[in-house]
Amino acid sequence: MLVVLWTDALIFVLIAVVLGFAFHATRHPHLRVPWQQVGRSRVAAGALVVLSVYVAIGLLDSVHFHPRLEAQTPAVGEASQETPTYSTQVISLLDLWLQPLREQEEKTFSAPFATHLFVKEAMEQPDGSVIRAYPRLEHGGAHLTDPARDRAPDILLSTLLGLVQGLIAWTGFLLMVLGLSAWRARESFAQRVLQLRQEPTQAAWRVAVWTLLVMLVLGFIAAELAVKYHILGTDKVGEDVFYQSLKSIRTGLVIGTLTTLVMLPAAVILGIMAGYFRGLTDDIIQYLYTTLNSIPGVLLIAAAILMLQVYMANHGDEFNSLVERADLRLLFLCIILGVTSWTGLCRLLRGESLKLREADYVQAAIALGVRHSRLIARHILPNVLHIVMITLVLDFSGLVLAEAVLSYVNIGVDPTMNSWGNMINSARLELARDPIVWWSLAAAFGFMFTLVLAANLLADVVRDAFDPRLRGTA
Amino acid sequence: MMAYMLRRVAYALPILIGVNLITFALFFVVNSPDDMARMQLGDKRVTEEAIDTWKAEHGYDQPLFINAQAGGLGVLTQTIFFQKSLKLFAFDFGASDSGRDIGNDIAQRMWPSLAIAVPVLLLGLALNISYALMIIFFRATYVDVGSVVLLVAMMSISSLFYIIGGQFLIGKLLHLVPISGYDTGFEAIKFLILPVIVSVIAGIGTGTRLYRTFFLEEINRDYVRTARAKGLPERVVLFRHVLRNALIPILTGVVAVLPLLFMGALITESFFGVPGLGSYTIDAISRQDFAIVRAMVFLGSVLYILGLILTDISYTLVDPRVRLS
Repeated sequence: MLVVLWTDALIFVLIAVVLGFAFHATRHPHLRVPWQQVGRSRVAAGALVVLSVYVAIGLLDSVHFHPRLEAQTPAVGEASQETPTYSTQVISLLDLWLQPLREQEEKTFSAPFATHLFVKEAMEQPDGSVIRAYPRLEHGGAHLTDPARDRAPDILLSTLLGLVQGLIAWTGFLLMVLGLSAWRARESFAQRVLQLRQEPTQAAWRVAVWTLLVMLVLGFIAAELAVKYHILGTDKVGEDVFYQSLKSIRTGLVIGTLTTLVMLPAAVILGIMAGYFRGLTDDIIQYLYTTLNSIPGVLLIAAAILMLQVYMANHGDEFNSLVERADLRLLFLCIILGVTSWTGLCRLLRGESLKLREADYVQAAIALGVRHSRLIARHILPNVLHIVMITLVLDFSGLVLAEAVLSYVNIGVDPTMNSWGNMINSARLELARDPIVWWSLAAAFGFMFTLVLAANLLADVVRDAFDPRLRGTA
Repeated sequence: MMAYMLRRVAYALPILIGVNLITFALFFVVNSPDDMARMQLGDKRVTEEAIDTWKAEHGYDQPLFINAQAGGLGVLTQTIFFQKSLKLFAFDFGASDSGRDIGNDIAQRMWPSLAIAVPVLLLGLALNISYALMIIFFRATYVDVGSVVLLVAMMSISSLFYIIGGQFLIGKLLHLVPISGYDTGFEAIKFLILPVIVSVIAGIGTGTRLYRTFFLEEINRDYVRTARAKGLPERVVLFRHVLRNALIPILTGVVAVLPLLFMGALITESFFGVPGLGSYTIDAISRQDFAIVRAMVFLGSVLYILGLILTDISYTLVDPRVRLS
């Protein structure tokens, strides 16, 4: 049974907006040309591939449903076509796919690729005596008879297997794409390949293709190994860290994108109105955003989240499940982060509209008596779209980083929700252990760093492509 | 000048009133004082009396805007709005929910915050400017490209990792300085070294990259070409001409954040156990002490607006082309 959480719905709205915008961009040269320039950049091509892998995982994690419970064998004489029963648990497609990872829980910490628990336990020997030793893990490497001897060859074998699978998948994908593009361009397959091998191509295909190879191979190796081992270890309650990291991707993406999206209408409408109408409207809107801007962001978020906590504590019964509650908190966090960050966009749009208003074609339209609403929609809005887009891309990485910090202060996402901030927060306390528990931190670091770095690199290229003048502002 | 400053201050007042109204709405209208009391007392089945005593103890037992029972001016002053919100304008922060005087706490905790923030600002400024200048000197070489990649990578690391990494590396592995804590007087220095180093390193990415763009903007100007045409060595061009002009945006940017230094660094202070205003705020947030959070929101806004005014003034001081209007 499908469940649409609030953030899920907004994610699909966002995708619709992006697709609509992409369609719009292909038909307007002033938007198409900069994007083609982005496509030609090798850095951007690589970053885009990495980002799409993240987005794909995030999307898989955004389709939620109540899983159908296994029908109990009907008692004799009872009709067997009753309505199917659904679990109260809400899981996503990603959970379904990562079923083994989600369910193979250990008792507590275990290191990456470990076969034994990280802490000693009292174990009863066959002869009745009790010794303290590291017990075998229930799932990690449980198929090995002698871990000390078999583990290394087994890991190597699985890695090789994953490598081969990755290569096959990559080749298959490449052949498919090439075949399709050859068919569309009505050329022979060999011609198409030759074209791509020549130096100046339309886009930096080669980097994209190589990045894809790396991602696919890494993905397949991880998949091959993750079934047998905890490749990034387990946390305090024995949950697989690799699974947590993958689940955190959605949280990071949601915060990075929805925050800008939820405040986009307000920022665009108010910004354009301020610049276009000037006078009193301008004064009021400027006052509004200066006031909001002057409250330190973290404190405003803290105040708002505290109030949300009070509200949730007093209205606990309004939420059907923990997941819904966590989801609403995430949405609220996006909104409040948006409130603190929309002012920058609003100010940029105001400045641009002020300039556009004086442009000849706008003055002509005013002289011809075009209505304000129509004038804004036809002449102003299309000419500020690039600013909106740059902001969306530029803000992304900062917001992903902000999530971690906010979660550390406990004013971020719900503690039950998987996020890199929560992972760091819980792992931080374990740094005092000896030997040190480093894998949760390392996993959160790796996943976050890859995403933010890719986003930063892409943002640079996008900004340069669209507006070289903006180079100094961020 | 005087008239201009007065006008700026007068302009700041409505903004502060706005901030005040927003915080008031957030803290008292969205959730009633009853809700807060219930949250603080921590149980769903709290008796009415317990809520009433809690409210009386913390001064939340008055009506929000108008007190019909009080006589004279008390109609307006004996209210939560006057007591808790308007009094902030006189910097009278009142008592925290745990009963301590907030104004006193702030005055005390300001100094450790400054002891970290000022060295971080100065060291960071010196380091970022020299690094950016070096990149500019080697522009369009591998040093430039490599540095930019390094800076973007450094920007992509969460500040939490800088702190955790610094604590682990310097404090725990090398045992050079204590990991966290604080002391009075000169003893405090050994506790300050680590947070200062970590904060400076964490700021290199964004800072140097920004300054690099400032320098790049200047280096394409006509006066630079003229200077080179005169035959000045590149060193002189950079230091005498480019640096001095690029310092304008850099310094005005610094002026804007100067007042906010008092607020301290939230995460750094709480990680390193420095009893400054940052950790004060964090503690208040985790203890859900609304009075302190409210006071800090107001204080932060005042300082932010002060920063804006100072920026405008400093622009007119360093750049004669900008006129006051």
